[in-house]
Amino acid sequence: MNTSRALDAIRSRWYVALPVAVVVGGVLIPLVYLLLRAAQADPQTLWDLVVRGRTVRLLGNTVGLTVGVLVGTSLLAVPMAWLTTRTALPGRKVLTLLGVLPLAVPGYVMAYALLATTGPYGTLAQTLGLVVPRLSGYTGAVLALSLSTFPYLFLNLRTAFLGLDPALEESAQALGHNRWQVFVRIVLPQLRPALLAGGLLIALHVLGDFGVVSLMRYDTFSYALYIQYAASYDRIYAAGLALLLLMLTAAILVLEARLLKGRLFHRTSGGPARSATRPGRGAGRGVGYAFALGVAGASGVLRAGTVGYWMADSAATGLPWAGLGTALWDSVRASAPAAVLAALLSLPVAYLGVRHASSWTRGVERIAYLGYATPPLAFALALIVFSLGAVPFLYQTLALLVLAYALHFMAEAVGPVRSALYQAPPHLEEAARSLGRSPLGAFMSVTFPLVRRGLLVSMAFVFLSAMKELPLTFLLAPVGFETLALNTWSYAEEALFGQAAPYALTIMFVSALFVGVLLLREQTARPSPSETT
Amino acid sequence: MDTPILSVQDLSKRFDPEAPPVVHDVSFDVKDGEIFAILGPSGCGKTTTLRCIAGFERATTGTVSLRGEPLSAPGVHVSPEGRTIGIVFQNYALFPHLTVLDNVAFGVEEGPAAAQEERAREALEMVGLGGFEDRQPQHLSGGQQQRVALARTLAPEPDLILLDEPFSNLDALLRQETRQEVRELLKSKGMSAVFVTHNQEEALSFADRLAVMRSGQIDQIGTPEEVYYRPRTLFVAQFLGRTNLLLSQAAGTEADTPLGRVGLNRQAQGTVLVSMRPEHLALETPETSNGTRATVVGRSFKGHDITYRVCCHGNEYLVHTDNRHLYEPGDTVAVRPLEPAVVLESQSSPAKVPRGATPEPTPEG
Repeated sequence: MNTSRALDAIRSRWYVALPVAVVVGGVLIPLVYLLLRAAQADPQTLWDLVVRGRTVRLLGNTVGLTVGVLVGTSLLAVPMAWLTTRTALPGRKVLTLLGVLPLAVPGYVMAYALLATTGPYGTLAQTLGLVVPRLSGYTGAVLALSLSTFPYLFLNLRTAFLGLDPALEESAQALGHNRWQVFVRIVLPQLRPALLAGGLLIALHVLGDFGVVSLMRYDTFSYALYIQYAASYDRIYAAGLALLLLMLTAAILVLEARLLKGRLFHRTSGGPARSATRPGRGAGRGVGYAFALGVAGASGVLRAGTVGYWMADSAATGLPWAGLGTALWDSVRASAPAAVLAALLSLPVAYLGVRHASSWTRGVERIAYLGYATPPLAFALALIVFSLGAVPFLYQTLALLVLAYALHFMAEAVGPVRSALYQAPPHLEEAARSLGRSPLGAFMSVTFPLVRRGLLVSMAFVFLSAMKELPLTFLLAPVGFETLALNTWSYAEEALFGQAAPYALTIMFVSALFVGVLLLREQTARPSPSETT
Repeated sequence: MDTPILSVQDLSKRFDPEAPPVVHDVSFDVKDGEIFAILGPSGCGKTTTLRCIAGFERATTGTVSLRGEPLSAPGVHVSPEGRTIGIVFQNYALFPHLTVLDNVAFGVEEGPAAAQEERAREALEMVGLGGFEDRQPQHLSGGQQQRVALARTLAPEPDLILLDEPFSNLDALLRQETRQEVRELLKSKGMSAVFVTHNQEEALSFADRLAVMRSGQIDQIGTPEEVYYRPRTLFVAQFLGRTNLLLSQAAGTEADTPLGRVGLNRQAQGTVLVSMRPEHLALETPETSNGTRATVVGRSFKGHDITYRVCCHGNEYLVHTDNRHLYEPGDTVAVRPLEPAVVLESQSSPAKVPRGATPEPTPEG
C-alpha cells in the first residue's frame, strides 16, 4: 500500500479526512504558531533570553531533575522487576500490582502526601512526635517523581525479564561466569531496550511535570513557565521558555531513537521459554520482602495513610460538600466531552494506521503521540498564544479546554481502538461490500460493532486521565472553573493539607477506577477464536 | 456460443508505477454454469485478478464485464456492492458479532424481514447446516465455517461467485470431501464460479477449465486434461505435477531424445525441450525390448502402482508403472515411451533448462 492509495482513500472519505485534519492541525498549528511568534521577536532579545543566567540555571535544574529521577526510578524498578519475575517469592502477584498502582495516581498527589507527612506540622510530627525536615526542593521533587513514575520502567523491565532466554544465562555460567558477571555481561545488555523505553517515558513525564515541581518549589522550565504565567506575564519570555522546553523534549526523543537503533534483541532459538526462577532463601528472601514492602509502603501506604489522616482532620471541621460537588461537576463536564472527542478522533487515525499502513499514516499517528509527548504547559501556552492571536472567541472557553484534553490524551485512546481494529480484519468489510453495503454502511454494520468495546475503553482511559489532569487545566480553564485537580493542588500549595484531603481522596478514587479499567482490558484483550484460524 | 457470464480482457493491475504490473494483460472468459480455476504459485497475481473482478481493486487497464455489461473499463468502475458477484474469502470472513443466521441473511435485502430470514434458512439447509442458525460462527469447526461462508455468498443469488483459496484452511481429509460437496452444490444450482488456488490437484479436480498463471500472466488456459497432458510451457509442465524433461533433436513429428526416438504432439525442428509424464513411460525387460537401456536406481511402492527412478546417460527419469513386474535397484531395464512427447515453449535457450525428472511442484513455484 503506498501513499497515493492512502491519499485516494482519504479524498473519497470526508469522515476520515476531517478528524485527521483536526488532529494534525490541532497539535501542529499551535506549536508552529508559537515558533513563528518567537521568530518575530528581535533576535537579540531572544539570544539574551537564552544565554541569561537564569535560563542556564533552569536548564541545569531541569536536566538534573531528569537524571535524578531516572536514577531513582532505576533503583526502584530494576530490583522490583527482578523480584517479581526471577524469584519464587510468594506474593509476587500482589507485589506486581503494587508496582503498577502508582501509575494511576498523579504526581502532585504524591508530592502532597510527602509534604503533608514531613515537617513540623506533618503527619509524622503530629502522630508520632517525629519531626523530620519538610521535604522540598530537589530531594522532594526527585522522591515524589520517582515514586510516582517508576512503574513505567517497572512494566517495561518486567516484559524484558520475562522474555530473556534463561539458556543464555546458563550458558554464560557454564562458561565460568559467576552470577554477578552474568548479570552485568548477559542480562543488563539485553535489558537496555526496556531501560531506554521506560526511561524515555519517565524523562518526558519529568519534563512535562508541573504539579510536583510547583508544590516542591523546584525551579525548572515548567515551574518558571508557571511563575511567568501566574505572576508577571511576560509573553515573549514565556514563549521562549516553552520553546526551550520543547527543544529539550525533541532532543530526548532523538537521543532515544539513536540509542535504540538496532538494539532490539530477539530470541534466536525457537521452542518454549523456560522461566528461570530461583527459590527465595533465608536472608535473601527477607531482603527481597523488605525492599518490596518499602517501595510499596512509600508509594502506596504513605499516600493512602496521609490522605486518610488529613481527611479525618478535615472531617472534624465539616467536609466541604458544596465545594466538592462543584469541583466534581467541573471535572466531569470537561472530561466527559474530551473522552468522547478523543475516541472519535482516534478512530479514523487508528483506522488509517491499521488499514492503510504507509509512512504517511504512520506520520499521522506520530503526530497524535506528539500531543502526548509535548510538555502540557508548553502545549497549553501554545494554545493560548494561538487562540488569542487567531481565534480569540475560543480563549478561556470550555471548548478549548476540551480540545486540549482530547488532543493531549488521544495517544491513550488510539491504543485500544488499534487493537480492536486488528480483530476486525479488512476481509470482513470487503465481504459486507460484496453483499451489497456501501463503504460507510459496511463499516457501520461490521467494523463498528467490533470496535465498540475498544472505543469504550478509550473513552474510559481519557475520561479518567482528564479527571486528574492539572497543568492544561491550570492554564486553559475558564475563569471560576475549579476542578478536583485544581483544588487539590491549590490547597496543597498553600499547605492547607486538611482542605486538600477530600479532593485528593476523590482523585485517588478516580485513579482506582482507572486501574480497574486497565485490568479489565488486560483480561478482555485476547483475540476471539475465529480470528486465529 | 452464448455471451460468457464473465469476460476479462487485457486486465492489468499495477500498484507501484516503478514496479512491473502484478497482473499483466490477463484475458479469459467464463461460460454460464462453468467452474473456472486460476492456478499459480503464491505471488503470481491470481488473488489480485480475483479482487479486480470483485471490484476491491481498480484495474489499471483492461475490462471486466458481467453478462456483457462492463464492470471495469476505461472510465468505469462499478463498486463491489454494485456488482452481483459474491466472494468467499480464504479465512471465510464471517462476522464474529452476528449469529450464523444473521451472517447468512446479511446480504439478503429484498422483501420483508420474514422472507429474508426464510431465504437465509434455505441457504443454510442447502449447505447442510440447518439447526445451526443460532450458533456464533467462532464456535463452528473449520468445515462448518466454510459452509456458512458459502451459504452467505449464495443467499443473495449472485450471478457469479468467487472463491479465494477456498479449501486451504481445511485439513487434508476434510478437503477432498468438501471439495466434492461444494462442486456438486454449485453444479446443481448451475452457479458460475471462479476460484484461485496454488494447489494443482485442487484445480485439476474441481474446475471445468483452468488458467495457469505465472508472474502476472496466463501461460495456458484449457480443460484439466489438456493442461496436464499438453502443457504449453516448461512452467505449466512442471507446475502441474512431476514430469521428465528431455532435450531433443526434432525433425517434423518425431524427435531423437535421450530415451530414443519418439513421436511429437506437434511439428518442430531443431533443438527442443520435450516433456513426458512418468505415466507415459513403461519399463520392459531388456531381453525382449528394443527400448533405451537404463539402470533402476530407486523404487517407491504405492500399493496400486510403483514409481521407479531410472538412470540413463547420467540423467534420472521417473517411470510410473503398474506393479505386474518388479525390478530391483541395479537392474538393467528398457524404457519405452507410450505416448508422443509434448514440445514445450521456453523463453530461455533449451540447452540451459534442467533435464531429467522434475521435483514435486511447490506453491512457491
